[in-house]
Amino acid sequence: MGDESKDSTTVEDLIEFLKKLAVKELHNVSIEGDIEIEIDSQQMPALELFRAIGYELGMAGYHLMNASKMLGYPVEVFFQPVGEKGVMVEEKKEIIAELIREKFEETKVEYPGVIEEVTLGATKADGGSRGEVVKLGGERSLPFYLFDAEMPHAPKVTIDIFDMPITLAKSVRDHYQDVMEDPGEWAKKAVKEFNADMVTIHLISTDPLLKDTPASEAVKAVEEVLQAVKVPVVIGGSGNPEKDPEVLEKAAEVAEGERCLIASASLNMDWERIANAAKEYGHVILSWTQMDINNQKTLNRYLLNRVKFPRDSLIMDPTTAALGYGLDYAYTNMERIRLSGLKGDKDLAFPMSSGTTNAWGAREAWMKESPIEGDTSWGPREYRGPIWEIITGLTLALAGGDLFMMMHPGAVAVFKEITSTLFGEREGHVDKIEDWITLEVEE
Amino acid sequence: MKVKSPLEIYKYLPKTNCAECGYDTCMSFAANIIDRKTKPGDCPPLTRDEFRENLEKLNELTAPEIREITIGSGDRAVKIGGDDVLFRHDLTFFNPTALAYDVWDTMSSDELENRLSAIKDYRKFYVGEFINLDMVAVRCVSGDPEKFRETVKKASETGLPLILISFNSEILKAGLEEVSEQRPLIYGANENNWRKVAELALDFNVPVVIHSKDLDTLQSLAVTFSEMGINDIVLDPGTEPIGKGLQDTFRRVIQLRRSAIEGENKKVAYPIMVVPMTAWLVGKDKLSTTYWETIIASVFIVKYADIMILHSLEPYEVMPLAILKTNIYTDPRKPVSVEAGLREIGKPDENSPVFITTNFALTYYTVESDLTSAGINCYLLVIDTEGLGVEVSVAGSKLTANVINEAIEKEGVKDRINHNSIVLPGLAARLQGELEMVSGMKVLVGPVDSGRIPGWLEENWPPS
Ligand code: B12
Ligand code: SF4
Repeated sequence: MGDESKDSTTVEDLIEFLKKLAVKELHNVSIEGDIEIEIDSQQMPALELFRAIGYELGMAGYHLMNASKMLGYPVEVFFQPVGEKGVMVEEKKEIIAELIREKFEETKVEYPGVIEEVTLGATKADGGSRGEVVKLGGERSLPFYLFDAEMPHAPKVTIDIFDMPITLAKSVRDHYQDVMEDPGEWAKKAVKEFNADMVTIHLISTDPLLKDTPASEAVKAVEEVLQAVKVPVVIGGSGNPEKDPEVLEKAAEVAEGERCLIASASLNMDWERIANAAKEYGHVILSWTQMDINNQKTLNRYLLNRVKFPRDSLIMDPTTAALGYGLDYAYTNMERIRLSGLKGDKDLAFPMSSGTTNAWGAREAWMKESPIEGDTSWGPREYRGPIWEIITGLTLALAGGDLFMMMHPGAVAVFKEITSTLFGEREGHVDKIEDWITLEVEE
Repeated sequence: MKVKSPLEIYKYLPKTNCAECGYDTCMSFAANIIDRKTKPGDCPPLTRDEFRENLEKLNELTAPEIREITIGSGDRAVKIGGDDVLFRHDLTFFNPTALAYDVWDTMSSDELENRLSAIKDYRKFYVGEFINLDMVAVRCVSGDPEKFRETVKKASETGLPLILISFNSEILKAGLEEVSEQRPLIYGANENNWRKVAELALDFNVPVVIHSKDLDTLQSLAVTFSEMGINDIVLDPGTEPIGKGLQDTFRRVIQLRRSAIEGENKKVAYPIMVVPMTAWLVGKDKLSTTYWETIIASVFIVKYADIMILHSLEPYEVMPLAILKTNIYTDPRKPVSVEAGLREIGKPDENSPVFITTNFALTYYTVESDLTSAGINCYLLVIDTEGLGVEVSVAGSKLTANVINEAIEKEGVKDRINHNSIVLPGLAARLQGELEMVSGMKVLVGPVDSGRIPGWLEENWPPS
């Protein structure tokens, strides 16, 4: 990649790369040398926004989406393996003449529990207007352990969109700038161009610290999105614990029958009001706790027992921390929740959602260079950012995540490629894998 | 580990509570063995002749389920394997996945030198220390033992543990003659060459990789090697980079580890090798192949690979992998805090700023190294938040105006400065008003990320 400290090199490489792929959208992309963003630390609203949706989206998206195409087939075999040349060695006493033939016994683990299967979205037949539905859950084994039990559904991706233009880094606008004024168009782009299985509309303008849009007005964005796309929709509030119950209640009402995911009910707000509305208008509820398996159990119980939420309508968000910033906690928390569910704890046997966009909060994902003396160069951030998002998501997919809230189109593409591969959906074999030994890698 | 209760260990200990091991009692020592925080050999009396049998017995009883193998020698020797559980929350994972980066014997000497120093010198600061890359994997591409020998020799000058790679035993031998005292790992034995490679492993007393995509064959090789007295074995079940082949690789790796730990199948209880660099067999361009190699590596860092061979040294691949392995192998039982108190960064005086942070290790080291790297002379007041980060501790009421004020008083902060002001982390902005009230100081709110303190200081310091 050349000298990483010079953006020009990076950009040239990129253009070179894009050329190779003959990416049609090239004319829409304006590549900027320096994409440093500044955050005004005194201005809390903007700050919260950045935390919620990530700092910056890189350039790599367009061509990474093509990664799968390139990886779909093996290259010709160029090199002959170095074989034994029939050198005679005098046999030593310890050397055994014949291989001792063994049989490796594969094991199969069966769990007593099953994760609830949850359907998002409702088609005409079920009283909604979605063109397709998304099913999550139904697992009887750990994720991708196809040798233990069939995994009914691959992980799905829902792309984050917002009900007002927000302060995004330059490179975010490169992907979304033409649609930021219009949640409907934004949603369309996420689905048509970036291949989202679902979209999440965040009603952040309702935040009293932002526009304080009244609930009745904010929900128009929900209607627009529902009109614009046929995929199932997630509806999020602004995260303000006072305002969210009212906003989500109204949103649930206007989306009646569409079986949206209402995000979210949380212990620090009036979860009962939110959940009651979600239930009344036929939606699915997102039960969100902050990295605490016991709190997750408690909130789920409240929703199931007090609100009498149907079991097939609950998804959990046990909180996502980025690679390097608590991913170990998030991973283990999710893995424990999933194992508890499989082992028969019915209070925890629900699909899980991950706010993978959080990965953009990690400084390694967005900062231009390391602020730390002695670090080897971090390299071009337009490549670092997406990979931070992918690994954060992938790690949690391996812990049992079912739904992934993401933003970078390139990250979405690669994430889908690897999860569908592990899900067994991708064909492809490489017979002579030993050839790596004698490969002369050309870069 | 075969034993589950301290009592089973206690019966073999000297029971004198002499405390030479650093624990007050033999019972406490036993409990710490169960937690894998110490090992039988650390009780000095046990190592004396009279207890030799007990020590042997204990070593056997407390050996980890997966064999632990040392590769290399000296400071940068690497241990792999040694795991006892399938899930990190059941104990912890031991010995982070060793990342080996490849060089080959048809590289020009310039290329080789550059690559070797890139591998050797890589550093990424994380939670108080620098993460380095672990090993060099030397592949024989030329088919020429002498060329290989030369390359191995150069690679050994890095001081990093080596993996010598060829299926040709003559070639491996040439490399071994050069570096066998440094205890390299040799790759590898397969169904065709196993006798000759086994001989090398025995003659040179080095650990060896056995390879087969067929797990029956792999277990056969393992048993045969073990029968010959070779126990430092690494299993390579073959890494297919794409499609159904990759899913099948996933199955093999998990089956091997599960069989060893849950199925108590000692025959395959060895460290596992995965080779993400097989991505380069199918990738067509650098960026997407680098991404795909990173992805394969990530899957198997999370799932049971003890050692892997990688190619790309692009920082956007190396850094996330280095951090991922650190995260997955972090001991979930360990407190992640540093001592609270007032630290001096550089040479602060009465005009220097005072920054507040928490005693979560990740937070503290990040902030401390940001300040040090930027050459800022200042005080850093580290608050005891029971090891929680800034935002978490504000949310959980561990970082409050009162707690900070107590620390200010206790450390005599006001006496050290003449500007009577103090800087809060951006994420603790909401404490500003109350802290001004209780402390009587001017409270400034710094940036959200401590990496931005230098720029912030330019605009906000000295306080008006
Ligand atoms: C890991 C984590 C946890 C871990 C904490 C592990 C630990 N040892 O800290 C656990 C699981 C224990 C946890 C618990 C809770 N958590 Co929590 N947790 C997180 C998470 C995922 C990452 C936080 C982190 O470690 N960041 C990395 C560190 C290095 O950042 P940092 O300390 O802030 O330091 C940086 C800056 O502050 C700055 N900085 C630091 N010092 C200084 C000093 C100066 C002068 C300056 C200028 C800058 C500066 O630079 C540093 C480097 O960038 C965040 C969500 C997220 N993705 O951010 C939620 C989060 C912080 N948690 C949250 C909550 C609510 C909680 C709980 C209260 C949940 C509950 N109801 O029980 C508990 C509280 C715990 C308790 N008992 O008190 C919320 C906080 C919401 C809010 N804004 O108020 C968050 C944001 C999640 C969310 N979106 O809801 N959590
Ligand atoms: S050193 Fe050995 S004998 Fe002494 S207290 Fe420790 S375990 Fe017991």
